[in-house]
Amino acid sequence: MMEEVKEVTSFLSIHGQNIKVSEVMQDGDALTFLIISQKLSGTGEYHVGRTWDDFEWLQQHLFSREDVPGIQGVIFPPLPAKAPVNASAKVMKQLGFLGLEDWRPYCKALETFLRQVAAHSILSKNKAVEGFLTSSEPTGRQKARKNIFNRLSQAVDGMRKEGHKDVDEFFQTERDHNLILTGCTKIAAEKFLDVVLTEQKIAVAYGHFAASLHLCVEAGEDPNKQAFSRVCVKLSEVFDSMKKNMASVAENNVSTLGLGLDLESRYQEAEKEMLFRRICKLVEVENARRNAEKAKPVKKTAMEEVKKAAETEFEHISEVAKLEIAQFEGARVEMLQRALVQWCEKQLLTAKESADRFNQHLQVFRGMA
Amino acid sequence: MAASSDRNPPPFPATEEPEPGLGDMADGDSDEGEDIFVNNRNPVSVSRGVSQPDRVNEEPPDLFTEEEEPDSTAAKSNGVQSDEDNDLFAEAHVELSTDKSGSSAARKELCSSSASSFTQSPAALQPTSLEQLEEEEATDSFDVDVAVTNPEKIGDGMNAYVAYKVSTRTSLPMFRNKAFSVRRRFSDFLGLYEKLSVKQSLHGCIIPPPPEKSVVGMTKVKVGMDDPSSVEFVERRRSALERYLQRVVSHPSLLQDPDVREFLEREDLPRAVNTQTLSGAGFLKMINKASDSINKMTIKMNESDTWFEDKFQEVETEEQQLRKLNVVVDSLVNHRKELCGNTAVFAKSMAMLGNSEDNTALSRALSQLAEVEDKMEQLHQEQAGSDFFIFAELLGDYIRLLGGVRGCFDQRMRAWQRWQEAQNTLQKKREAEAKLLWANKPDKLQQAKEEITEWEARVTQYERDFDRIGMTVRKEVLRFEKEKAKDFKSQIIKYLEAMLQSQQRLIKFWEAFLPEAKAIA
Repeated sequence: MMEEVKEVTSFLSIHGQNIKVSEVMQDGDALTFLIISQKLSGTGEYHVGRTWDDFEWLQQHLFSREDVPGIQGVIFPPLPAKAPVNASAKVMKQLGFLGLEDWRPYCKALETFLRQVAAHSILSKNKAVEGFLTSSEPTGRQKARKNIFNRLSQAVDGMRKEGHKDVDEFFQTERDHNLILTGCTKIAAEKFLDVVLTEQKIAVAYGHFAASLHLCVEAGEDPNKQAFSRVCVKLSEVFDSMKKNMASVAENNVSTLGLGLDLESRYQEAEKEMLFRRICKLVEVENARRNAEKAKPVKKTAMEEVKKAAETEFEHISEVAKLEIAQFEGARVEMLQRALVQWCEKQLLTAKESADRFNQHLQVFRGMA
Repeated sequence: MAASSDRNPPPFPATEEPEPGLGDMADGDSDEGEDIFVNNRNPVSVSRGVSQPDRVNEEPPDLFTEEEEPDSTAAKSNGVQSDEDNDLFAEAHVELSTDKSGSSAARKELCSSSASSFTQSPAALQPTSLEQLEEEEATDSFDVDVAVTNPEKIGDGMNAYVAYKVSTRTSLPMFRNKAFSVRRRFSDFLGLYEKLSVKQSLHGCIIPPPPEKSVVGMTKVKVGMDDPSSVEFVERRRSALERYLQRVVSHPSLLQDPDVREFLEREDLPRAVNTQTLSGAGFLKMINKASDSINKMTIKMNESDTWFEDKFQEVETEEQQLRKLNVVVDSLVNHRKELCGNTAVFAKSMAMLGNSEDNTALSRALSQLAEVEDKMEQLHQEQAGSDFFIFAELLGDYIRLLGGVRGCFDQRMRAWQRWQEAQNTLQKKREAEAKLLWANKPDKLQQAKEEITEWEARVTQYERDFDRIGMTVRKEVLRFEKEKAKDFKSQIIKYLEAMLQSQQRLIKFWEAFLPEAKAIA
């Protein structure tokens, strides 16, 4: 049966879980991401530079394997949207946590994408993956075969199909649940981003205050003036510390929970798309059945064939989907847990460091004459 | 407080009340002390340092090296009702205390040196100074504690106003009781300022300016005192009024002023009128207008002592710098409030997510997260209050105070102007006399001679006034600078303490959350 799908047999020559997108290099308008993978043989690393277009090419190739039964039941690892060099504010806003000034979250998201692909039993078999990660050959610009992966947003009758009643209670429940979660997660990610942006603003304001205080420092021997100048200098240091603290808090938020919520949100969307594809297939099946029933004897056999094919595909998709969903649930909980734990640990560390520094400043002020 | 019993007033015929030594320099009531200084033309720099037992000038106000503890309601609450009836004075008190033992040693020296240098002085003054100084040694501090609390809305609609409870606790004998309180409204405080500035600024004192008048703020309060912005407004005003009074009573000369006493003690105060011009923007406008008129003076002052010019420049520069800082603090406070709002919204979204979550452990963790974020919102709220009440108010106070400093410099200029004008008039009178002499009109001559004598006296008087005001201004400015450094330092310490506390609470939140996060299986 589909037993072999459960094994995470790697068809790649590299360690899937160690893939790193270590940096991004800018060359004019093009952004190239450096991907480093460890050879399974232990003899070294592959360093490959890829642009976002290359990533998209890979994704298209993953979509295009129609020969794999039930491929439409796969929850495809989500690829972050393109982040052009001189992106408009609107584009950056849509990217959310991935659209911030710091490139590291974006690189991390790409990295997660590659790791998820490499870990996927079906997808990792795709030769395109190996080539993408290990070969310095350009990916080639030939478009992947037109695939039937209609994105929900592009589907004309998406809304109608989305609500289509299911034949399987498991899937109906999953669809309902997914709908709620996608909405909630997206909102949570947006609101968290608002928090982070405000934190960054505060950090900047602290910096201004610290700088402005230096203007109040005056030279001179007057002891009172010196006293005040000392106060200003020390206070400036305090606000500098506060700025660093706030910047750290914001960064911690982005790199752990922010990224986690962003990934969860996109992953939920990926599941949504899979479920939609399945529903589309279901609609197709139901149509085929009707057609077969209504068909005139001449066409009957042909219609029956079509119906049979559709039904088989639907079965395959559902089977794959069930496994994917199980794996998905486990993976996302683990990922969220990791994000939450890391978030908490980092913030705890930052808070402790800040408390120490504030204490030091306090002692300095108390000791001041 | 041995102060009360030992402080027999010095045998000053003119005064009935015990005065803290050279407070009388600036007090309009007694001019006796001045005679000593008639020969001291050059204002000696009043050294704040402990080492130099300087000349006569350095006396009493220096001795009361004050430790002011201004507004300490800081991080506590944004609540209107500061119902601290139990502990009104725990946080808000002004201590007129001696500094360190070092300075008392210096004062002892002062005693002896001033005793010897006062060869020409009326004997009366000497015992005072000695007595005063010795008293200072004996008592560690005598205090006047002032608190402004319990804002209460009186009346309805557009005629409504807020009445505050002004409580005083003191050991000074000049007050009728040891502890008492009255109710005052905002215009009363402005009225006090008006009275003080008319009288005291003539002597070159820095009169602490009152808080800002605010039509917008008050209108909201008149409508209803319940919404958060009204609550904040009233609390901000209450706190500012308290600091204002504390600064007034901690000023040795101002404390002597009967209007101050009346303000603190008298049950019913006659309504102050014409307070429009005196508050906030009006106050600064008044100062600026006065400055302008001085700049337009035709006779430019020939500054014999660059100290005044330099200081004035410094004051102006400093005012600008503080304004800049104030702008940054304002934006900081706004961002903090924004952060509060954002955190609250985020907390809700996490709560929703937690509710939708199937996985129990994850669901619980997410709900916990929502709670943590809620607590953080609370923290941010308090932090904003702290930023605001401590820094914004501190800067605002000092911007206004610096305006007051400029005001006293202007007073000095005016005194100089008066002196110059008197000299001119005297000159004219002399010329007139000469003419009369030549024209030989003996009857008019007599009158002319009388006028000359009169104006000669005036010139002498005004010149003395000018010198005296100059010395007061120097003293006041130095006192101000010292207070400023102390004030800022103590507020910063308060701020840091609040920040530290915040951080420690934050640490506890995270420590509590960590096991929950780890428990997600």
